[in-house]
Amino acid sequence: MSDRRVVITGIGIVSPLAFGREATWERLIEGKSGAGRIDVFDPEDMPCKIACQVPWANGRGGGAGDPHAFKPEDFVSPKELRRIDEFILYAIAAADEAVEDANWRPEETEELERTGVMIGSGIGGLESIYNTAITLHEHGPRKVSPFFIPSALINLASGQVSIKHGFKGPNHAVVTACATGAHAIGDSARLIKYGDADVMLAGGSEAVIGRIAIAGFCAAKAMSTSFNDTPEKASRPYDKDRDGFVMGDGAAILVLEEYEHAKARGAKIYAEVAGYGLTGDAYHITAPAEGAEGGYRAMMMALKHSGMDPTEIDYINAHGTSTPKGDEGEAGAVERAYGDHAANMSMSSTKSAVGHLLGAAGAIEAAFCALAIRDQVMPPTLNLDNPSFETKLDLIPHKAKKGRVRAAMSNSFGFGGTNASLILREVE
Amino acid sequence: MSDVLERVKKIVVDNLDVDADKVVESASFIDDLGADSLDLVELVMAFEEEFNIEIPDDVQESIRSVGDAVTHIKAHI
Repeated sequence: MSDRRVVITGIGIVSPLAFGREATWERLIEGKSGAGRIDVFDPEDMPCKIACQVPWANGRGGGAGDPHAFKPEDFVSPKELRRIDEFILYAIAAADEAVEDANWRPEETEELERTGVMIGSGIGGLESIYNTAITLHEHGPRKVSPFFIPSALINLASGQVSIKHGFKGPNHAVVTACATGAHAIGDSARLIKYGDADVMLAGGSEAVIGRIAIAGFCAAKAMSTSFNDTPEKASRPYDKDRDGFVMGDGAAILVLEEYEHAKARGAKIYAEVAGYGLTGDAYHITAPAEGAEGGYRAMMMALKHSGMDPTEIDYINAHGTSTPKGDEGEAGAVERAYGDHAANMSMSSTKSAVGHLLGAAGAIEAAFCALAIRDQVMPPTLNLDNPSFETKLDLIPHKAKKGRVRAAMSNSFGFGGTNASLILREVE
Repeated sequence: MSDVLERVKKIVVDNLDVDADKVVESASFIDDLGADSLDLVELVMAFEEEFNIEIPDDVQESIRSVGDAVTHIKAHI
């Protein structure tokens, strides 16, 4: 591919820890958890009654009194708010923060046409679909809102963000379950490398904490059910007592930019998107392949594209969902990919703090890698009291760890057997 | 009957996020109040709900202003 390089010049985050990149990162490094009992509906009849909800200033998700709680009115009018699903709302908010952070506010036609948007979602407007189905069933077709379809379609996150900012470059949306965010960043970087855009807003958004999604994932036996009375203990990747994932909602958007373009305008640079790999398991609809074989190949492909030696990678933000099967397989695949160097590496799962943001997970985790490179500190794996297996990797239990982070890898694996691996590295 | 205009005004203000003083009988939903075709569908649904009437699709297309809506509603409640 071309010698165009791609760097990260802006980051926006709406997370279960806080609204905002810095508040989220600070709380993550402090070891805070975003988990709590679900309060957007009564979860009493659900096997899983907990989730990592975005804290809202109106009190939802434990946001009462929190100076970093999310305020939708800061991003959309009351009229718009009624007409968009929450995954679009979070995408708009994260994109606003990312654009502000990057200080990228083009006005020239050519610049606008060279700026694209690729925001994905795992499930999109599922709550809108659920609520509209009830309305249709109870009141008939005349009561279905004209805004239902454009609030539920996954690519409308990219659409709404492009409309708000006037970005007329490639407008695309990824849908690869829990690998969505990582694929969006990797694919966007390639659009820039290929010359189709100079700047891309790339990431993922998810907001499906509601009766239908919780019931569905519970039926698939994917969710934690043993920690309903101690929600903060539930997401515990690698720990022997882990029993499933904890759902999170939120969004993360990165501003990706061609390196010379960023340099020419004096933009702050977090890191370079140095490598990207993507594979399929061809194995099972929900279970990962034995030994995370597909994940292993994604990591190897990312390393190959980066042209880096594996010993240059210091930190891995793992997929690590806290499900019994997946965590050990991934750790084994990492050890296989990195060999003896694994003993020098650190790997944590930030899902222990923010939960599993599904289609936004890969994006927020890539953002955490960029911030780890910026601050030379690696976030912890909370609740890792007793690892269920032996490993050479430092899994960063409980407390964040200061240390050299020259480059970081972020892994994301999704239902359907889809895998993505990104490598970010510091820019001198 | 006399409060039909006021009730229509309130719905228009809430749905379109516009200042109440702009919602006069002569105001066109699209040209004066910034509505698009989807907004119009939603407005008609809100009128149907508020006044417990059904506005047929062919009639919906003739309701272009606040006054049109008031006239139609008064004739059918």
